[in-house]
Amino acid sequence: MNNNLLRGELVRLTAENPEVMAANFTRWNQDTGWLRFLDTQPPLMPSEKKWKEWLEKDMERASLDNFFFAIRTTESDTLIGFIGLFDLFMQHGDTLVAIALGERQYWGKGYGTDAMRIMLRYAFSELNLRRAGLIVFDYNPRAIRSYEKAGFVHEGRIREVIHRDGKRYDFLYMGILREEWLANGNMTS
Amino acid sequence: MSIDTQLFEGKLIRLAPIDHEKDPEVESRWTHDLTLSRALSRKPAMPQSVVQIKKKYEAIEKEVEEAKNIFHFTIRSKEDGRLLGYIRIEGIEWNHGTGSLKLAIGDPAERGKGFGSEALQCMLQFAFNELNLHRMSAVVGEDTPGALRFFVKHGFVEEVRRRKALLRDGQVWDSIHLGILQREWLDLSKERVDHE
Repeated sequence: MNNNLLRGELVRLTAENPEVMAANFTRWNQDTGWLRFLDTQPPLMPSEKKWKEWLEKDMERASLDNFFFAIRTTESDTLIGFIGLFDLFMQHGDTLVAIALGERQYWGKGYGTDAMRIMLRYAFSELNLRRAGLIVFDYNPRAIRSYEKAGFVHEGRIREVIHRDGKRYDFLYMGILREEWLANGNMTS
Repeated sequence: MSIDTQLFEGKLIRLAPIDHEKDPEVESRWTHDLTLSRALSRKPAMPQSVVQIKKKYEAIEKEVEEAKNIFHFTIRSKEDGRLLGYIRIEGIEWNHGTGSLKLAIGDPAERGKGFGSEALQCMLQFAFNELNLHRMSAVVGEDTPGALRFFVKHGFVEEVRRRKALLRDGQVWDSIHLGILQREWLDLSKERVDHE
């Protein structure tokens, strides 16, 4: 039995009060470079008050379709980003994962990969899902490398679906099956 | 093509508004064959009462009006006006010029007669020549090979296979994402005109 399902080597996944996440989201969402890696929607620049309202409303939703975590470093307990499941279909055992590190100084150092490994362990050994997938934009090679390291396999590309700076970019779909995750020796680690 | 043209008319069908009086009973009947809702959605398939369908229509029209990123039309026979199905473009992202297609011919006995093909071509013309979208997407399950063949026949390209994403009847199936670009559709329609 792993009694520390939410703890990895560099980070742990936590639940935070709405006001804590609202303050971070408000700050992170003013970083449009970050936002362009995360979302296709144009920036809305919501206020901190609006974020708090959304997050409070979110808490009222059934917990079974709301798997959202903050990411904190184990070293200094700094809140650096978030990770969560969406489009989760329990009856099919399938989910999508979304992750973002709002604190740029933690990019490219393994923090995101570590958080993703924890999320997959949770998805496969707590939720007993059969697979997990994600969407990443083709102009984000740093994220693609991280997902490959975490065990995700390329499943195809949605062509020319993003239009930014007068250019067209693709969505890459990646996925990992339960049996692939098990074959990587994850259950014993 | 003349500017004075009927975008929503094929040879056999036309795209038309919802009829709140007559349609709910027909669509409620369709939903009692779960095959259709299984083909259209990954959510658990459930039959829908007439009242539930009426509420759904109201929700659709509200969404069309407020969200402005969805178009929903019924498919009707030109011959006698009977309801054959529906077609919609949803999830439009105007800044990227993208959207997704959903198409349903309700009664299994009405399938394979070319109604869906005509409805799809009307909708693609609408998407690319009127809405000026850049691409359209569609998602089909590996458990409905007919739907996959249908979209491929109309020029959609298989783009993604989300492996084993569906679990049905004790079997796993891929979820297949398809796409067609505006320029691909325009080239294909040029070919069609050349042939005629």
